[in-house]
Amino acid sequence: MVRVEFLGPIGKEPMEIDVKTLKELKEILNKDENLKEWLKNSAVAVNEKIVSSLDVKLKDGDRVAILPPVCGG
Amino acid sequence: MVEVFKGGIPVIDTLQRWYEEFKLEGYGAMIPFIGIVRPDNKIDGLSFDLYLPMLNEWFKKWENLPDAKIMMAHSFGDVMVGETSFLCAVFTKHRREGFKYLEEFVEDFKANAPIWKYDLINGKRIFAKDRAKELKNAGILKEE
Repeated sequence: MVRVEFLGPIGKEPMEIDVKTLKELKEILNKDENLKEWLKNSAVAVNEKIVSSLDVKLKDGDRVAILPPVCGG
Repeated sequence: MVEVFKGGIPVIDTLQRWYEEFKLEGYGAMIPFIGIVRPDNKIDGLSFDLYLPMLNEWFKKWENLPDAKIMMAHSFGDVMVGETSFLCAVFTKHRREGFKYLEEFVEDFKANAPIWKYDLINGKRIFAKDRAKELKNAGILKEE
């Protein structure tokens, strides 16, 4: 199981999902109409590192974060 | 590690503590930056969410500079107008490289720190979408 967290304004509770790749995760998350909008401008981090490719393999216990546009300060 | 505070940051106490900690470490310049919540757009204040594990990961490269020490604090939750939500201080041997680091550091912070800002207006918490910037590789899970 992979833990998926939705940060900041997305306002969705974390999910435990059984997926092996980011590609699979992409398909599942895009089924949620509200989430779909956020995915257009969100970055993705696996274990706190932003990823640049969907070919990332996910293993049991990995933490995936969906990160919408940021504004600190 | 980034120091985090629920609500406004105690500015003077924090700066005093950092000053005491580093005043005998050979740095001739301490340049603080105090980010104050402005009364723009009729807001009562701002509110923040942080993703702390990644914020600390991002801060690592700034914590371990060979020729400078950077300290940083940020708020989570509500911070009212006139209070401070972001505080940092750059310590360097001379002022010139300190001002340079301060500018680079704050620019990187604005673009990459995993923090989300909301306006507080009439008791509502509204995401400051117009001021938010996409992180690198944003949209990677977008449906084609």
